[in-house]
Amino acid sequence: MAVNLTLNGKATSIDVDPSTPILWTLRDTLGLTGTKFGCGQALCGACTVHLNGSPIRSCVTPVAAAAGQKLTTIEALAQDKVGKAVQDAWVRHDVAQCGYCQSGQVMSATGLLMNNRKPSDADIDAAMAGNICRCGTYVRIRAAIHDAAQALA
Amino acid sequence: MPATPTLLELPKGLLALMDRAQDVPETLASQGLPRRSFLKLATASGFALGAFPLAAMAQADGAVTAAASGLKATQQPGAFVHIARDGTVTVTINRLDFGQGVQTGLPMILAEELDADWSRVRSVHGNADPAYVDPVFGMHITGGSGSIKNSYIQYRELGARTRAMLVAAAAAQWQVAPSTLRTQGGSVIGPGGRKLGYGELADAAMRLPVPETVVLKDPKQFRLIGQPTGRLDARAKSSGGQGYGIDARLPGMLTAVVAHPPVFAGRIQSLDDTAAKAVKGVRAVLRVPLDRGGEGVAVVADGYWPAKLGREALKVEWDTAGVEKADSARLLASYRALAQQPGAVKYDADMSKLAGAPKKISAEFVFPYLAHAPMEPLNCTVRLSGEGAAAKAELWMGTQMPGLDAAAAARVLGVAPQNVSIHTQMAGGGFGRRAIPSSDYVVEACGVARAARMAGLDAPVRTLWSREDDIKGGYYRPMHLHRAEIGFDERGDILAWEHVIVGQSILKGSPFEAFMVKNGIDGTMVEGMKEPYEIPMKLSVHHPQVNVPVLWWRSVGSTHTAYVMETLIDEIARSTGQDPVAYRLRLIGAGHPRHQAALQLAVDKSGYGKRQLPAGRAWGVAVHESFDTVVAYVVEASVQDGTPRLHAVTAGVHCNLAVNPRSVEAQVQGAALMGLATCLPGAAITLKDGVVEQSNFGDYAVPRITDMPTMAVYIVPSADAPTGMGEPGLPPLAPAFANAVARLTGKTPRELPFKLA
Repeated sequence: MAVNLTLNGKATSIDVDPSTPILWTLRDTLGLTGTKFGCGQALCGACTVHLNGSPIRSCVTPVAAAAGQKLTTIEALAQDKVGKAVQDAWVRHDVAQCGYCQSGQVMSATGLLMNNRKPSDADIDAAMAGNICRCGTYVRIRAAIHDAAQALA
Repeated sequence: MPATPTLLELPKGLLALMDRAQDVPETLASQGLPRRSFLKLATASGFALGAFPLAAMAQADGAVTAAASGLKATQQPGAFVHIARDGTVTVTINRLDFGQGVQTGLPMILAEELDADWSRVRSVHGNADPAYVDPVFGMHITGGSGSIKNSYIQYRELGARTRAMLVAAAAAQWQVAPSTLRTQGGSVIGPGGRKLGYGELADAAMRLPVPETVVLKDPKQFRLIGQPTGRLDARAKSSGGQGYGIDARLPGMLTAVVAHPPVFAGRIQSLDDTAAKAVKGVRAVLRVPLDRGGEGVAVVADGYWPAKLGREALKVEWDTAGVEKADSARLLASYRALAQQPGAVKYDADMSKLAGAPKKISAEFVFPYLAHAPMEPLNCTVRLSGEGAAAKAELWMGTQMPGLDAAAAARVLGVAPQNVSIHTQMAGGGFGRRAIPSSDYVVEACGVARAARMAGLDAPVRTLWSREDDIKGGYYRPMHLHRAEIGFDERGDILAWEHVIVGQSILKGSPFEAFMVKNGIDGTMVEGMKEPYEIPMKLSVHHPQVNVPVLWWRSVGSTHTAYVMETLIDEIARSTGQDPVAYRLRLIGAGHPRHQAALQLAVDKSGYGKRQLPAGRAWGVAVHESFDTVVAYVVEASVQDGTPRLHAVTAGVHCNLAVNPRSVEAQVQGAALMGLATCLPGAAITLKDGVVEQSNFGDYAVPRITDMPTMAVYIVPSADAPTGMGEPGLPPLAPAFANAVARLTGKTPRELPFKLA
């Protein structure tokens, strides 16, 4: 059965069981491996993608929920002004260590800045608390989000 | 891992394993660089150490002279440097990068002596080729915080040798003496300002003999080493472009998940796979042998999701009758009883002054099992081909010990060791979990691939663990119990310190046992005890056998010994009315200047003793050496409504020369957070009747951005050869936090995670 949606700006038809989570549709069916598997239960945020511009956890969201909607993954984020600014700040601050969680971190941070161009530390805490980093890059994540906000101002 | 052994100390068993690992010759580079055959070359030159798949010598087929020198494989530039015609320098790293930044740090070291243009330097992972062993350990290993420490001279010499060959090539072309030439920014510069780029010279240079001796720079001449330098993978890791083991995709690849027994080493009693096989996309359900003699059920499917659904549909009854069912509560009681008896003796000072000491502390500490929980779940992809003597195996995974894993794969698969190829992939964390003497997840993946092939599935198989598999799957930091009886006087002079530690040995039964377990004492359990303090200590240990697999966990023994030592030292200072910094500086003595310097730096930068803290906050201090590096923390903490909170951390670090200070800072920040993790609610693996009670990040909690204190990291300046940096930032954080909590509450938390009842 096909699921039709707009993926990274392109009309896309995917031959997949609609109950399959978006995460595994992206990774195993489409070969878009930038979105990561971390916990499978929306506990770590590594799988964060944007559905109609809002961050969601793709590991617990069936692809059926994206039918007819706009889905954006890390692979296409640089096409967005905010996403590009976040990625550039991530590079300037050398945020990544192992980097495995960073696709999700960048997607969550971009989602925050799309709605709030001047986030406070508390805003950052609220938006980023669902994204785990085992390497402990949080200090630089916070700094990079503030920096990206400045770059966008 | 603890202090570095010399090659001579390696046990026979390990040497045999290494020999097996080193039998693995040519392996195809996973990075897509052109493959060249060096077997012909090896035969022609009598140089039989194997081939260099990423070799710059590939630029000069038939460069027999280059390989014929008396240098070891680890010293041959050909295995480590590739210079493209456009001047791009690709450095092969002999380690796994799993976040610590060696894929930037090692190229920096080499590029320094090479005088490369840093903007054109790249790096790739090596594999199980003998060139990529740790030059000190003599085996393939990323561990013990040794990547930079053990390869600092190696990579400098590699850079210097390559540079000398490029200079010689330019001298030949210009027909001038090499001594008239200099190098800068990726070019050789000659008299009259003549200039040749390394890319133009590389082919000719790599045909020249490799110089055996080279003169290295004086550290004062360094332009790159010591400079805060951005990571080479920063862009890829910010844009989803970095591939990890889990991302390896091969044509026709299938995915397997394995149902593991609920108790370690359990076996299948009965299996009904009807419903599982009915799940769309499931291709096979297979019984597979597991680590420790256990047995599991692998569901092989087109992708992870159908494999997972298939596993959920399995009806398995497990046979656990014959296996010990470990239980945290029962273990604690038995450890407590053991701690009353003296065990194998590590230190044996006179305890006669203990009974009559004017002041005493009697303390018991409890540390739980801890899972590593790296963000990238464990995985290994295996492709089998050929039959009989021509059978081949290729493996893709992030691993800290590719040589041991290759040997294990050969054993499990019945494939000749030289026919096993390891494609080392970037790993999403590890913290020790990917340096596993038993190769558990690799052995499991090989067992699955083998069973799948025997069932007629001729396809590569990726075996992927869920987070639940990871949390419940064992190989934890061992549970420990410490008991201390300390006698001291009003000045805080310690008269006698009697100490017993109870905990499973990490190394017993592993290839490392013979040289790291001495007199019945696992060296990884007592590392970090006593030093740097001059203390009359009697220390003994017990290593009970428990059916729970254990493993090193970032900073290993120091995860608990630093906590015990640094909270007890602080308690002695407080109970004798002394400042904990002044007390430590006195007790450390002049024999440990790096401890003094690190602690003093953290104290000075934090404003300790000079700055008034906000109401409700207290200072906490700790200093600890591990992996030859000293880290001191001065922290600010509070306790609000019974909940301890860490607000600010100032670090003083003595790691000798910081090759990339930016990387050192990141390592300290990250290690500090992992140290903090051990204090926070949910940081414990517990067992009930043999079954692990936690399953995911909901009940095995790790810190989030809301837990992160502000952090400032300062490095003591030094030009001495660098020491370890991946782990030393972890041990002193928890005791520094605990010491601040003790100042606020009057009571030191003696169980981790903190329980303030």
